[in-house]
Amino acid sequence: MLSQTLAITGINVRSIPERWAPSLVIVIGLAGVVAVFTALLAMSTGFSSTLKAAGRTDVALVMRGGSDSEINSGLGRDDADLIKQAPGVRAGADGKPIGSAEMMIIAELLRGDSTKDAANITVRGVEPAAFALRPQLKIVEGRPFTTGLRELIVGRGVSRQFKGAAMGSHVRMRGSDWTVVGVFESGDANESELWTDINVARTTFVRTGESSVRVALDGPDGLGKLKAALAADPRLTVDAQLEQDYFSGQTRDFRRTIGVLAGVVTIIMALGAIFAALNSMYAAVAARGKEIATLRAIGFGGLPVLLSVMIEALLLALVGGLIGAAFAYAMFNNMAVSTLGQNFTQVVFNFKVTPELVVRGLFISIVIGMIGGLLPAIRAARLPVTTGLREL
Amino acid sequence: MTRTGFVIANLFRKKTRTILTILSVIMAFLLFGLLQSLNSIFNSGADFVGATRLMTQARVSFTQALPLSMVPKLESVPGVARVAYSQWFGGVWQENTQVFTFAIDPERYHDVYPEWVMPEEQWKAFMQTRTSMVAGKMLADKYGWKVGQKIPLSSNIYPQKGGSKSWAFDLVGIYEGKDDAWKKQTNQVFINHDYFDEANLFGKGRTNFYILKLTPGTDAAAVSKTVDAMFENSPDETKTQTEKDFNLSFVKQIGDIGLIVRWILFAVFFTLLLVVGNTMAQSVRERVPELAVLKTLGFSDGSVLGFVLAEAVALCLVGGVIGLTLATLLGAMVEQATGGQFQLNVNGLIWAIGIGAILVMSIAVGLLPALRARSLKIVDALAGR
Repeated sequence: MLSQTLAITGINVRSIPERWAPSLVIVIGLAGVVAVFTALLAMSTGFSSTLKAAGRTDVALVMRGGSDSEINSGLGRDDADLIKQAPGVRAGADGKPIGSAEMMIIAELLRGDSTKDAANITVRGVEPAAFALRPQLKIVEGRPFTTGLRELIVGRGVSRQFKGAAMGSHVRMRGSDWTVVGVFESGDANESELWTDINVARTTFVRTGESSVRVALDGPDGLGKLKAALAADPRLTVDAQLEQDYFSGQTRDFRRTIGVLAGVVTIIMALGAIFAALNSMYAAVAARGKEIATLRAIGFGGLPVLLSVMIEALLLALVGGLIGAAFAYAMFNNMAVSTLGQNFTQVVFNFKVTPELVVRGLFISIVIGMIGGLLPAIRAARLPVTTGLREL
Repeated sequence: MTRTGFVIANLFRKKTRTILTILSVIMAFLLFGLLQSLNSIFNSGADFVGATRLMTQARVSFTQALPLSMVPKLESVPGVARVAYSQWFGGVWQENTQVFTFAIDPERYHDVYPEWVMPEEQWKAFMQTRTSMVAGKMLADKYGWKVGQKIPLSSNIYPQKGGSKSWAFDLVGIYEGKDDAWKKQTNQVFINHDYFDEANLFGKGRTNFYILKLTPGTDAAAVSKTVDAMFENSPDETKTQTEKDFNLSFVKQIGDIGLIVRWILFAVFFTLLLVVGNTMAQSVRERVPELAVLKTLGFSDGSVLGFVLAEAVALCLVGGVIGLTLATLLGAMVEQATGGQFQLNVNGLIWAIGIGAILVMSIAVGLLPALRARSLKIVDALAGR
């Protein structure tokens, strides 16, 4: 039976070039489904991994109790010192706890291709320890900002996607010009921000406190100790969480929205592709009615005929899936885009076409190929030999 | 047999193929309708704003609040009839549901937004009750709020003086929109700015937005320039734009997702064109001898072309209309299910574009086979050459 199946499949596959048009329908239909599916989920994956990479597991983020994002949080100036002195916080080489009070401001910049569309960008006032708390962040051009001056450093993502924050340019905030003196890279969501000295930001924006405090933890049980100490302090109403948990939590809504969109679009497109595949395979079977009947007449079984039709559909589907995945990879992988994040500011991220996504896309194409091939295959196997031979 | 009957009979000769082709056209136009309506959210979300109003915000961004001391200065600008203000409250209903809540001055807001319709006694109650709130009809229906209830609403930003972020307001009115477009926007809550300002712990006497109502015939661009020039080089520099531009730039913040949607549309259409085009081509190929017989019987080249083209149009039209209808129904269902938060409105414009796409597509897929049918030589075709 195996040899029969192989023989018929061989004939079928070799004859594809002679009837390429209907086969192309399956290939292109499946390529479309897989490309759309892969591209949408690559967007979701890219967004998630950009945010997740920004969060570390040895750093705690402390915000006002009940705040879900830094922009909505606010702490008093004394709070920062109390938090940094709490148990569970790691001390640096100088014996002082490693912690950075940070203030979040939103500034508007124009999108790269527009003269009118402003987008919200995070401007973060930080203390010197902010750099120690994010060792992945490197200044790649220019120099760090000078404490006490209205100077900014800009993330690579912002400088690429938005206008007016390039090296050496001036950003206008609260009636004064701020000079961009450096560019930094970190490969994560930090690149979507502009940084400056928190004290300059406090004076300019007439605020005394900060949005949040980040502290280094002194070990796996550091967070537990810190949380207990903060909860016990009557002067504070704050929550501490792992920085990575904070960032992961922000990806949930986006992942769900894109997941639903990808699901709906893929299901509708897949149905369309199944109908098209059925059409093509029925046509292929019909066109070869005489040939199949001849094979049956000289002793080939029904099952090998059925299998051969299935294998042909699966092969075409797989080729289509591969083309679709390759297309999505070529067009979208590492494409830089931006969208609104939790803080109501732009998060710049790259599409990520991962091997896992490609495998899932191919799986979908094989399922569609299977459904599209089954009914025509059954018809082929059931074709009465005499009728088939009498056909035109 | 009439010509129409002939076309229909031909379509049903190969039932499986016709039905499968129509089904794939249906799927394509279902997706087309849904994605177009999604796309229009990104592109023209502000069409209902007809009145000339300007929005003034801090130049840094609207999250930076402006002092209320600006009101008299703004009122003194020629062309400005009335000034209202609104402040983002960060309202949260129950566990974690965000509710668009703004602290406003009811009297000013009423003057500037005649589009919100509410009985005068409810407006009066809103102005006179300090702890009052009014809710849009859509929102009140969704959560079952009734006038007279005390609605607990927390803020994810502002604690009260005691430090608690749980607030509660007396619902004194439910407002409706003046027409269909405005009715769909009734998903906001308004609270009293005076009370909010007094009870909240931080940032006294500030607001995120000023809304300037202009006297009819005023040059909006000139007023924007005057306002922004007035506060230039102060710590509170402003950015003033029309309400429509403001709404648009707000929606565009969501970013490049609109672009991705267009990519998907492109992919779907390309796929579809090939599928239907191929089916048509195949059906003509198989019927070459029949078409030759038709010509032998005396049908002109033109009418044979017409038969083939009519089949293509019929396939696309039936599938397209069913697909768009499904999209309309499904969009309405999504809108209903999300309480109007996610407005997938397959409107007349999308139908018009859809019908246009159907016609273009039927010509694109039908024309080549039809031309081939027309130029068929009877002798060659009958001989199977």
